[in-house]
Amino acid sequence: MAKQIEVAGLDAYYGAHKAIEDITMTIEPRTVTAFIGPSGCGKSTFLRTLNRMHEVVPGARVEGKVRLEDQDLYGPDVDPVSVRRTIGMVFQRPNPFPTMSIYDNVAAGLRLNGRFSRSELDGIVESSLKGANLWNEVKDRLNKPGSGLSGGQQQRLCIARAIAVRPQVLLMDEPCSALDPISTLAIEDLISSLKQDYTIVIVTHNMQQAARVSDKTAFFNLAGQGQPGKLIEMDDTSRIFTNPGQKATEDYITGRFG
Amino acid sequence: MTTVQTGIQPISTSRRVKDRVVQALVYLAFAIAVVPLLSVLWLVVKNGLARFDLEFLTHSMRNIGARDAGGGAYHAIIGTLEQVLLASLIAVPIGLLTAVYLVEYGAGGRLARWISFFVDVMTGVPSVVSGLFVLAFWVLALGMPFSGFAGAMALSILMMPVVVRSAEEMLRLVPNDLREASYALGVPKWRTIVKVVLPTAFTGIVTGVMLAVARVAGETAPLLLTVFFTDSINNDPFSGPQMGLPLYVFDQAGRPTDTAIDRAWTGALTLILIVMLLNLVARLIAWWRSPAKRG
Repeated sequence: MAKQIEVAGLDAYYGAHKAIEDITMTIEPRTVTAFIGPSGCGKSTFLRTLNRMHEVVPGARVEGKVRLEDQDLYGPDVDPVSVRRTIGMVFQRPNPFPTMSIYDNVAAGLRLNGRFSRSELDGIVESSLKGANLWNEVKDRLNKPGSGLSGGQQQRLCIARAIAVRPQVLLMDEPCSALDPISTLAIEDLISSLKQDYTIVIVTHNMQQAARVSDKTAFFNLAGQGQPGKLIEMDDTSRIFTNPGQKATEDYITGRFG
Repeated sequence: MTTVQTGIQPISTSRRVKDRVVQALVYLAFAIAVVPLLSVLWLVVKNGLARFDLEFLTHSMRNIGARDAGGGAYHAIIGTLEQVLLASLIAVPIGLLTAVYLVEYGAGGRLARWISFFVDVMTGVPSVVSGLFVLAFWVLALGMPFSGFAGAMALSILMMPVVVRSAEEMLRLVPNDLREASYALGVPKWRTIVKVVLPTAFTGIVTGVMLAVARVAGETAPLLLTVFFTDSINNDPFSGPQMGLPLYVFDQAGRPTDTAIDRAWTGALTLILIVMLLNLVARLIAWWRSPAKRG
């Protein structure tokens, strides 16, 4: 199920502004890869290029190659909609659909894409909610609106919604930044268990979190205001946090960044 | 006093006075706005109740002589309901699709700006002009007869900009997060609009449509030029002159007898009640569709 992503020479633009420049990396299957770096360095932009969400913004475009196993995601006849079905995404702020119940939220990706029988849906909703560690909390109120849950529960609902369509890769854009420490812990545990089935990429501002959950860490930085963000280095998380190859990485991690 | 040390002081007299004066002005403005509203309601109810009976609601003016009492507005009620329904059937889909284009596809492009501009122009078109347009185009140029449908077309021209503007506002209020969440699940854009954006904005769109309906239900001038007059019941909006409640009120109020004036007041009361009832139905639909009901 989990697949490898290869990125080569990737630039991303917003109109005339180049947001990230010349990024090359390999993201291994069944691992958690963390992206760290200061605000505005293009981590989130890069994450969004991996499932073609970047181009949803008017004027945004991408140059370079992203391969999922052997398939070029930016090939001329690739349907971005099917890319997004294969590579799921969880956003910074929990965003359950307000008009839908908990059940409908989880089933949304399936329902909006095809026909499933009620029993099939029931099974997938239950396994997704269990996968997101939310089943026990919501099993008695599946037809209540998803917006009635707490922030942490809503975020886990969004994760359940994302894994319900059985993606091969799961991208997470600062999934815990709006959550309290207990909910954060729940999500981190969840990430560790999801790792067995998915390739996971997570953007985070919290370096302890990167150290706790990830196997590989990529550090991004930008030369200055208005300059494009670049990949400084990528390595095993333990190495990045103990013995980084670059001075900038060490400065950032030790808080001496400036 | 501690005020000297901390810099925290009691509210000064001048601020107290200003607060009072502004408060009084706000209440005064509110009262001035409410007085005409209530007095209109009061007058219509007081004068209209006299003839608000079963005969009024179930009979037309056919064979009612100039000085006869009795008679009713059944033909006008039927006409108004049919004309407003037809106008909505024309204006709501076009208006809604226009709003979807402006918000989801136009994205500030040249075409979207032009459409937006002309919608604004249409909002300012006096109602009699839309009636004249249908008269000139449909009745005189194409040679079609006066009919309820012609009136509905004139009304739909008035409805459309209201529907576009209110639906546009509501669609813009839908957070972009929800669209992105849907795209990220691999849902195509058109399904995202149909299944996520429109349901989220549904309550607001219904309210906007009802405002548009309320606006056109009371229009007299366009009907005068397009549906003509009749004292008889005509259930078919596609052939022959019809009546509408605003026309009925206009007609009866211009007659010299007290019985006719009474009928005019009751017609006005009926029109207000119909608009209120439609609003109530819309509220019920919105409530029934809202997730809060389940929560």
